[in-house]
Amino acid sequence: MTEPLAFPPKKDPQKRSTTPTRPPEARSRASLALSAAAAEGRFALQVCDECQTVQYPPRDACVSCIGTDLRWTDVSPKGHLLAETTVRTSTKLFFRERAPWRMGSVKLDVGPVVLCHIHGDCVRGGAVKLLNRLDKSGQGVLIATPLERSDHMEDDPQLRALSAHPKHRRILITDAWNPNTPALAQALLDAGAATVFVGEAESWRPHPNRDILAKMANVEVLPLDVTDTSSVQKLAGEIGGKTDILINNARFLRPGGVLSRGDTGFARDEMEVNYLGLMRLAQAFGPGMCARTADGVNSAAAWVNILSAYALSNTPDYGCFSASNAAAYSLSQSLRGEFRSSGLRVMNVFVGPTDDDWHAPLPPPKVLPQGLARSVVAGLIDGLEDVFCGDIAKDIRDRWQQNAKVLEREMTFGSDSA
Amino acid sequence: MSTLQSLATDIALGKVKIVDLTHTLDPDFPVIILPPEFGQCARFRMEEISAYDHRGPAWKWHNLTLSEHTGTHFDAPSHWISGRDVPNGSVDEIPLDAFVGPVVVIDCSEGAEKNDDFELTPEVIQKWEAEHGIIPSGAWVLMRTDWSKRSGAEYLNMREDGPHSPGPTPDGIKFLIDQRDIRGFGTETVGTDAGQGSHYVPPYPAHYFLHGAGKYGLQCLANLDQLPPTGAILLAAPLKIKNGTGSPLRVLAMIEN
Repeated sequence: MTEPLAFPPKKDPQKRSTTPTRPPEARSRASLALSAAAAEGRFALQVCDECQTVQYPPRDACVSCIGTDLRWTDVSPKGHLLAETTVRTSTKLFFRERAPWRMGSVKLDVGPVVLCHIHGDCVRGGAVKLLNRLDKSGQGVLIATPLERSDHMEDDPQLRALSAHPKHRRILITDAWNPNTPALAQALLDAGAATVFVGEAESWRPHPNRDILAKMANVEVLPLDVTDTSSVQKLAGEIGGKTDILINNARFLRPGGVLSRGDTGFARDEMEVNYLGLMRLAQAFGPGMCARTADGVNSAAAWVNILSAYALSNTPDYGCFSASNAAAYSLSQSLRGEFRSSGLRVMNVFVGPTDDDWHAPLPPPKVLPQGLARSVVAGLIDGLEDVFCGDIAKDIRDRWQQNAKVLEREMTFGSDSA
Repeated sequence: MSTLQSLATDIALGKVKIVDLTHTLDPDFPVIILPPEFGQCARFRMEEISAYDHRGPAWKWHNLTLSEHTGTHFDAPSHWISGRDVPNGSVDEIPLDAFVGPVVVIDCSEGAEKNDDFELTPEVIQKWEAEHGIIPSGAWVLMRTDWSKRSGAEYLNMREDGPHSPGPTPDGIKFLIDQRDIRGFGTETVGTDAGQGSHYVPPYPAHYFLHGAGKYGLQCLANLDQLPPTGAILLAAPLKIKNGTGSPLRVLAMIEN
């Protein structure tokens, strides 16, 4: 049984914070598809088109027939633990600092034997389920977990190192005004977050969330306006050293494309909030969070952006808003590269139309605050990089992956004049 | 001694005092809020260009973002549809002598303290005149409410039916324009109109009548409690913005001690 993770003691201010280290990052190009699957929380392996043999480790030619058409396919993650050992020291600093570390071999039901990390509750010879998770280097690695859920299993140190679990962590949600903020805060607290800080812009005018947030225990509302550099710097100065997860849900949205607007006013606001707001937050909070990714139980773990799924392919009805989200999405990729060496994860949560005033004229389905909150928390627990929340976001993802140009053509149909 | 020499001497000796009627431009200072589907007034923002660092080793400077109508600001006639055809109606065209002139202060602070929606009516104005004399032609008229002492949410005083703050009735502002031929009208609140000014006929009567008549507006003023009811001189020169409908500015008053 996993020992429940104790609430961390206050830091000793005389001790230097632990410098982040990383597990090995190098992979073959073929192996990167495992990381891509882990980014979405999928367990996928190569399957030979020719002879259907499931492959592990990733390779360029089939282990059975030397065929080269090896398609990455979601397969059953079930198997049983053949052998296990405990590594007590390592030449790699990352593992040395975390020893002892369980490793073992698992015979998958679909064929291959894999060498993988082993959850503390797995027993030799027992049935296991493999998870494909991103490690601190952002690469997909496999960990065997018990088939049935065991008590506090998420607190296993090896599994926790592969997640950004909210438990005991201090989380900043950047926009108190967003209709999804109370649900997000509640879901994070329910998942064990120690404190939820909520940034509030323009406290000189009322908004409906203020009273709701004020009544929530362990929620602290603090001034933050992502369009105001001095405000972002000020809050980072105050809580940047104890922000373990940052969830940027600040959003400016108005309907309309280029010609229906006729000016750049709202587009400027959209870029100020959705793109430059993200940049200001990253410049103010990023360095501190990157320095604290090995800072014990409540180390910095993840940076979360809530993005429109139309960042992937523009929807002209919300054309300018989509463009600002495409810019933010691109910036998030830069941040992934810039954060990579620290192990701080960037998780993008893509949503379709959300249930708010600006999407009121659209038919359902729309993403509800509770649905978004569930996706955010699940994504953090599973240590994901890309989360697609709701049917519309998933549909866009599927069509985008199949053929981005076809999707673009579908999104840009014209109408015949009378 | 010339007039200006004696003025300079009086300022140096403290016989003439300069009072600052301006709020500090601050990112947190409220701006007028319109329904969200309308274009919005830009908040004041300041971005560092360099601060004696790698971006510019020996100098510090900022880029600013703001609206013509952010913070303590001046309204030109072209700000309102009623003043769109007024000659010299934008800030760059207004004759310079409009920017320096006499000012009277109507103290409505007692009424505004009791009633957030306190109205400046012809009766209130005439009652003031009975005590302080007829408002001279060409004077600025400032409505003192002590609203500038409020901060945060209390300033806009926004409720579900909109903001609540004092201002002139249509009759009140028409009286000042038609009967007294004022230069302009100024307030401590976020606009020259009352918070509920959109519900008068016509809506926003101060904007509508003032600018239609080629008069000016000042809003978000401070320190009106330091001015005498009459006898002060106001210096209010907007920035020279091509076709500008208004401008943030430093509003100063000269008073005799």
